[in-house]
Amino acid sequence: MTTPSFSRDEMMTIAAARALGNDDVCFVGIGAPSAACNVARLTHAPNITLIYESGTIGTAPSVLPLSIGDGELCETAVTTVSVPEMFRYWLQGGRVTIGFLGAAQLDRFGNINTTVIGDYDTPTVRLPGGGGAPEIASSCGRIFITMKQSRRGMVETIDFVTSFGHGTGQGDRRALGLDTRGPTLLITDLAIWKSDPETGEFVVSSLHPGATRQAVVETCGWTARFADAVEDTPAPSELELTTLRDLKARTAKAHGASGGSDS
Amino acid sequence: MARFMTLAEAMKETLSDGDSVAFEGFTHLIPHAAAHEAIRQGKTDLTLIRMTPDVIYDQMIGMGMARRLVFSYAGNPGVGLLRRLRDAVENGWPRKLEIEEHSHAAMANAYEAGASGLPMAVFRGYKGAGLAKVNPNIKSVTCPFTGEVLAAVPALRPDLGVIHAQKANRQGDVLIEGIVGVQKEVVLAAKRSVVTVEEVVEDFADVHPNACVLPRWTISAIAVVPGGAHPSYAQGYYGRDNPSYLEWDGIAADRDRFRAWMETNVLQAKPEDFADRVAMLEKRP
Repeated sequence: MTTPSFSRDEMMTIAAARALGNDDVCFVGIGAPSAACNVARLTHAPNITLIYESGTIGTAPSVLPLSIGDGELCETAVTTVSVPEMFRYWLQGGRVTIGFLGAAQLDRFGNINTTVIGDYDTPTVRLPGGGGAPEIASSCGRIFITMKQSRRGMVETIDFVTSFGHGTGQGDRRALGLDTRGPTLLITDLAIWKSDPETGEFVVSSLHPGATRQAVVETCGWTARFADAVEDTPAPSELELTTLRDLKARTAKAHGASGGSDS
Repeated sequence: MARFMTLAEAMKETLSDGDSVAFEGFTHLIPHAAAHEAIRQGKTDLTLIRMTPDVIYDQMIGMGMARRLVFSYAGNPGVGLLRRLRDAVENGWPRKLEIEEHSHAAMANAYEAGASGLPMAVFRGYKGAGLAKVNPNIKSVTCPFTGEVLAAVPALRPDLGVIHAQKANRQGDVLIEGIVGVQKEVVLAAKRSVVTVEEVVEDFADVHPNACVLPRWTISAIAVVPGGAHPSYAQGYYGRDNPSYLEWDGIAADRDRFRAWMETNVLQAKPEDFADRVAMLEKRP
């Protein structure tokens, strides 16, 4: 059997999909998290509950939504609730096991910035802001983050803490009265990072096929740490690749462009 | 009590310069036609409130109508940033814009508090979040029973709430289906309200008893505007016009192109044009 060829983006989405299980209740961020969550649902986790902040619970879209409130999310959901109910009963109520987020800027402790680049009052770039993320980050059982590696995105110090991760290290969440685990997993286009239970820092635990330690270090703005035993991420299977590509093709056709990509 | 009127009459009667106004819609049922009417009427110095300011607020901000924006996510969903909003925040063009920024949880709770007649919303939020440091309207309260410190934000009570909905019956009750967002809360929280609808039906005899219905006496004005949510969508009528959202990114990127587009598609257009804009869109079940 030959190993199918695949892109770094595809590997990232598939590695992220593998982190999700059948019993998870997952609050889905738009963009890369949405693709990963739906690949999981279409492969090994058919019973996963996907929740989008527009109020759709247990949704099963055939194409990736362009927005968090596309009609198909509602049409295929088990139920659709109001937005206040979504944030009060379901998220704040502690019913969501995993929050899956993207990030414009990320630090080694899983703190996320999607608000501004530069100073808050006089920003260089005004980004969209937090939306649901500040409370997703605090109320979900665990947080998974997915983003492409770059020195611009993975930085020593983020410009604004939109969503709190582990602050300046392990113990900061507890000090704020948070009893959820916070960011535990970071899936990039080169590696899988897990947060160190001692320090709260992300540590490389697995390298994707073809990715080197040097590439990880060069595309990360903080000093990358590696686990004692770094594993090899298994390459995507035929099923995983076909599922992802079919999903992307259906999505592009439905949105009339390369829909379902960023933010 | 709801009165049926033209959209021009409805906006003229309910919206004044300097008002706080929320044109709500969580991706779905966004009242584009009503916002365009407000733009044509040249309303100014508005405080715009919205969880997800997208294209219509980009348009209103770009036309210089807004003094202040209260929001929780300012993006073009699935496309990227709002370029007119960015120009206002980063460069003060065409005028300086004050912002009051929240999270979705805070805004949703604040609408609910407004609808509930409470002065503030209490929720578990903003833990460790930077917004609590830059927005003086984010405070905390201590639970008198458990001692837990919780986030508090003022209730939202807009002067005017504007939504789009699927249908009204002849008496003026309004039905909202699908992703209901905060449509009910904003109408009940606002001092006055305008609802645009796709159509008017005889009665709601076939409507499920638990459906989201706003009784006629909670609404100030209803205007029938088929297609009035475009390029947003109305479940059961037409789908979201995603290419229009993608196209907006290019239009809004350039000040002159933006002005020209607004002149043709908003200032020189009428509410009746919205029906044509959705005619070619796929009808959603």
